[in-house]
Amino acid sequence: MKSVFYVLTALAVMGLAVWAYRQNYETQARLREVRELRAEIADLRERASVLRAEWAYLNRPERLTDLADLNFDRLGLLPLRPDHFGSIDQIAYPVENAVEVMERGVSE
Amino acid sequence: MTRTPLRPLARILAARRAGENPDAIERENLRARHEADRDAARQRAEGRLLVLGISFLCAFAMVALKISLLAASDPAEPRAAVSGAQIVAARADITDRNGRILATNLTTHSLYAQPQQMVDPIRAAKELVQVFPDLDEDRLIRQFTGKRKFIWIKRRISPEQQQAVFDIGDPGLLFGPREMRLYPNGRLAAHVLGGAGFGREGVSSAEVIGVAGIEKALDAELRDPGRGDVPLTLSLDLTVQAAVERVLEGGMRLMNAKGAAAVLMDIHTGEVISLASLPDFDPNDRPVPLTEGDPGDSPLFNRAVQGVYELGSTFKIFAAAQGIEERLVSRSTMIDITGPLTWGRHRIRDFRNYGKELTVEDVIVKSSNIGTARIAMMIGPDRQQEFLSNLGLFAPTPLELLEAPGARPLLPKKWSEIHTMTVSYGHGISASPLHLAAAYSSLLNGCLAVTPTLLKREEYTPGPRVVSEDTSRQAREMLRLVVSRGTASLGDVQGYRVGGKTGTADKARPQGGYYEDKVIATFATVFPADDPAYVLVVTLDEPVETSGKEPRRTAGWTAVPVAAEVIRRIAPLLGLAPAVEPVDQVGVTLASN
Repeated sequence: MKSVFYVLTALAVMGLAVWAYRQNYETQARLREVRELRAEIADLRERASVLRAEWAYLNRPERLTDLADLNFDRLGLLPLRPDHFGSIDQIAYPVENAVEVMERGVSE
Repeated sequence: MTRTPLRPLARILAARRAGENPDAIERENLRARHEADRDAARQRAEGRLLVLGISFLCAFAMVALKISLLAASDPAEPRAAVSGAQIVAARADITDRNGRILATNLTTHSLYAQPQQMVDPIRAAKELVQVFPDLDEDRLIRQFTGKRKFIWIKRRISPEQQQAVFDIGDPGLLFGPREMRLYPNGRLAAHVLGGAGFGREGVSSAEVIGVAGIEKALDAELRDPGRGDVPLTLSLDLTVQAAVERVLEGGMRLMNAKGAAAVLMDIHTGEVISLASLPDFDPNDRPVPLTEGDPGDSPLFNRAVQGVYELGSTFKIFAAAQGIEERLVSRSTMIDITGPLTWGRHRIRDFRNYGKELTVEDVIVKSSNIGTARIAMMIGPDRQQEFLSNLGLFAPTPLELLEAPGARPLLPKKWSEIHTMTVSYGHGISASPLHLAAAYSSLLNGCLAVTPTLLKREEYTPGPRVVSEDTSRQAREMLRLVVSRGTASLGDVQGYRVGGKTGTADKARPQGGYYEDKVIATFATVFPADDPAYVLVVTLDEPVETSGKEPRRTAGWTAVPVAAEVIRRIAPLLGLAPAVEPVDQVGVTLASN
């Protein structure tokens, strides 16, 4: 009885040792993974900030004005003027809706 | 372990022989055995307690150790970093009110050399000059072959240049990561942003510090590591700013002016929507300050904030408004304007003879110096000073710029009666266009004092009351008349009910006295006059309008058309739809039934 107990204990100790060993390496692997992910996040952040800066640079008003001037024949873009405002009654009532409403009236 | 028998035969026999009770021997042995058992059990228990105590001690020690480690270590946050060296993107971005970037950071590299590691210093120097033509070859060779162990070659290099230096392939040429401040919009809002430079420098990193403008004024806030990724949001509107600068630059050329400034302010909150000063500069490549001559001629000079000028007749509305507020006059009170008005050896004249007397309204509309001076005399120096001081014209503006606290208005040293008269029409007192914009906002927004700011305000606390709401409305109506039938008739923009006051002041000579043919032309406007939303101040430095027979310099011919064009361009951008001007209900009696 006692010897069985000793053998079981020894096996348990060995098992625990294997488990601890594996845990140790797994933890180190996870830590390395975290480090890599952090580096990746930092890299991506830097890239995002570079892209944001580039976006701002490409969208600077000076360049957009020049582009609008260059492509005036195709786009016909002009600076916004006070007479560009319209009032709501200048817009025609959408025709499709009128048809739908009429049809609904018939079906009812 | 050998157990001693309870009834050892030898002793039993001996006891029987002696006639004693053998049971006594057994009892005694039993007692001895129990005592031995008890001692052993106690010892084992003590041992166990000790082990248990030690393990608890160890466990608690571990917990304490972990706690102290956690407490002592800095929180690690992944930030923009270059492989090899940890450079933290510590400086916050600056954006406009809609979140568009005005200033951000970019990682580049600096180039340095360690000559003792060099394979072929002469060749390296020659190749470097090929990459950077501005370097001096002889000097490089001298440095590389000398005793120095460390030489900075370039503070900032582009990725292409870095590749070219890599291609030289000398192990003594090394790169250090550098954070650099980038202003993607170039010259836009240059005077607000200021610029940034390097502070303390090391091989692996360098401090980026603001050198002027808001970068310097809010340097500590921008560098605060606790800020994280939260950008600094300004009250400027990028689109409006671009439109203002563009129109102002065109206007400055047309009017042959040497400088120009414009301030656009939200009349209720005091937020500066646009602040332009020309000539300007590129904050990415900030020019060096002038070492000789007038610093006011440098492009670095912010005319809208730093430039204190006599702003001329734009001040007249203050006297008229105060007169109405204190019930000394009404809009229809007749004022004697027979001139010249003499006080001691001073004579006050009008630009033109407007007759014998004018109503207060017409004094403003026709811009009569004599009329304004007479109103100011009714008010008196003390109350005039108090009123102007309430409008913020006596102290530097609290704008968040490095340059703002230095721009102290120039006031008469001793405020006598003659000063009361001249100050009422804007002479003898110098203030910046920003001061004027803030004062107009305070007077015309329905009368609450505003504090100018460059930071976007989610909510604002109304300042103290300056004048009554009725006075504010009457002042706006008078300014509207200046545009519809007075000196600023070119300033009318259809649909936007512009009200404003022109001001033309002779430029002061640095030696004293005034130039004959150099003026500062200012137009201060509020629009729409019936429901005020924005105040715009446009100032031109030495403008001349040459389309007529004689050169014209008055603000009505120079600053006013420029301001009108600015309003025409920016009002739609600010979301103001043109509207028909409400007609005065004079002579119409509202009646029901």
